[in-house]
Amino acid sequence: MAASTDPAEVPVLGPGQTYATVTDRVSGVVLTKDTPKGWLIGFGIAFLIVMLMLFSLTVLFAKGVGVWGLNNTVAWGFAIVNFVWWVGIGHAGTLISAILLLFRQEWRNSINRFAEAMTIFAVANAGLFPIIHTGRPWLAYWLLPYPSMFQLWPQFRSPLLWDVFAISTYVTISLLFWYVGLIPDFATLRDMADNKTVRRIYGIFALGWRGAARHWAQYSRAALLLAALATPLVVSVHSVVSFDFAVSSVPGWHTTFLPPYFVSGAIYSGFAMVVTLAIPIRKFYHMEDFITDRHLENMAKIMLATGLIVFYAYIMEVFFAWYSGNHYEKFMIYNRMTGPYAPYYWALIFFNGIMIQLLWFKKVRRNIPLLFVIAIGVNIGMWLERFIIVVTSLHREYLPSTWAFYAGTFWDWSLYIGTIGFFVALIFLFLRVLPMINMFEMKELVHHLSHKGEEH
Amino acid sequence: MSESIYGLIARFDTPEAVVEATRRAREAGYRKMEAYSPFPIEELTEILDFKPKIQYLVFIGGVLGALTGFALQYYASVISYPLIIGGRPFNSWPAFIVVEFELTILFAGLAAVFGMLGLNGFPHPYHPVFNAKDFKLVSRDKFFLVIESSDPRFDAERTRSFLESLNPEEVTEVQP
Repeated sequence: MAASTDPAEVPVLGPGQTYATVTDRVSGVVLTKDTPKGWLIGFGIAFLIVMLMLFSLTVLFAKGVGVWGLNNTVAWGFAIVNFVWWVGIGHAGTLISAILLLFRQEWRNSINRFAEAMTIFAVANAGLFPIIHTGRPWLAYWLLPYPSMFQLWPQFRSPLLWDVFAISTYVTISLLFWYVGLIPDFATLRDMADNKTVRRIYGIFALGWRGAARHWAQYSRAALLLAALATPLVVSVHSVVSFDFAVSSVPGWHTTFLPPYFVSGAIYSGFAMVVTLAIPIRKFYHMEDFITDRHLENMAKIMLATGLIVFYAYIMEVFFAWYSGNHYEKFMIYNRMTGPYAPYYWALIFFNGIMIQLLWFKKVRRNIPLLFVIAIGVNIGMWLERFIIVVTSLHREYLPSTWAFYAGTFWDWSLYIGTIGFFVALIFLFLRVLPMINMFEMKELVHHLSHKGEEH
Repeated sequence: MSESIYGLIARFDTPEAVVEATRRAREAGYRKMEAYSPFPIEELTEILDFKPKIQYLVFIGGVLGALTGFALQYYASVISYPLIIGGRPFNSWPAFIVVEFELTILFAGLAAVFGMLGLNGFPHPYHPVFNAKDFKLVSRDKFFLVIESSDPRFDAERTRSFLESLNPEEVTEVQP
């Protein structure tokens, strides 16, 4: 009862914020000579894990994909699992920056910058895996259509090639969208910097931005159009990823509902990662005025909604297997639930389907430590989901004589953990050198909120 | 005399003040002017009667992207290297849709970004307005209105007193 239905109960912006305080607070994190000790320690640890990644890659390139746990039956192991996982995480950034912009959800203003950064870093990791999975990554350019000496073209009728186009378009558009959003903020950093070199560097990236009204008009229109383009793009990317599976005839993969299932799963895992990052970042940098409990609660609600769609998909998978009457489909589900990977399957049902039901309760959505734990659980659950999809369908396919068991080796795990370190290290660098919150959009928010105050 | 400066600049503390000032300057007949703000203000665009043109470029980019996507796949599959697979048509256009779609988005997005930069004249490292006093606050919390000396109605004395009548914090000259 207690006023819990009022959406304005927790504001999207702390009290007493003005144009100047927003600017000083956000740019102050970047334009300081004192690097926080916590940052140095955190970045140091992440950097060590990046070394693990480079070492794993070196071993891989020197010895070949034989160092992984792949075999003839399960040719798609960790590389594809991690690829899908990382691409999925990226989707929340585009969703926040594009779809919520189109729906004029102003609460997104404070989280879109680092969500977009997260997208780019996640997609960079995602792009790595298919390339190294080819076994001869130095020939990865064969994936691109160019008039080659072999007179051969890539197979345009293959989802694997569609993926090349989808992912490369996605990373290009995300990067440009991010940069466009940063231009006015680069100008702020240029104008706020005391140090001449720092001013020069940010000045170069600001391209001479001076906040002219005609520039803003052109700029806002371009940003809106980019958002309108990015929205179908983000849906297409994970749909195309799902085609990699759905277009094949493997039991458990060959279903028409895979695209929406994958897209909602991607948004689900992406929001879980945004929450995982937002909670420690806002605590460490004392940004509670900008990333308020309202933001976390809204993200928890989106997690709940997409989580329910994903859970529905899990139930439908079982139903389809039974309803199809197809022997192999039925065996696939039976094998998932009771076979050698059953603990993974039930763990993913728990993390993605059962645990998420806690978010129905406002008390849970408002309980920051618990929300953090749930978000971590969803990250794990979504990784397990991709593992189950890739491995259980392949390891016992049609012919029992080809059945095999798959498990990641040390190098599988070290590379996977290494990419997480790479991701975290890039996030740390981003927090240090770029404004983590979009300053000009926050000032727009201050402006709009002040008008709302007048009307009431 | 008025040739020696770029124009006069007035500084305001609130978005409402700069919107009102721009409206009155427009009513007074000034055309060669520009308002500067830390964030986009839609009213300013309307008062200055400015229509962004970026959408046409984005549309052209999208169409070019779709055509490129189809032409690329058609050329590869039908002209350059036709492969007979079970008698299926070389021009299997439904299978080409995904790549066409992605290239449509890619070209339209590139047009949006580089079109915006081009139409705004970026990169533009030097501009006289950067010489103005305290202009660097434009990216923090201040709002500015510049009336350029190239405006036919510009007169150093009268324009200054006009700007001062708009309740600015300060009016100063902008060196070229």
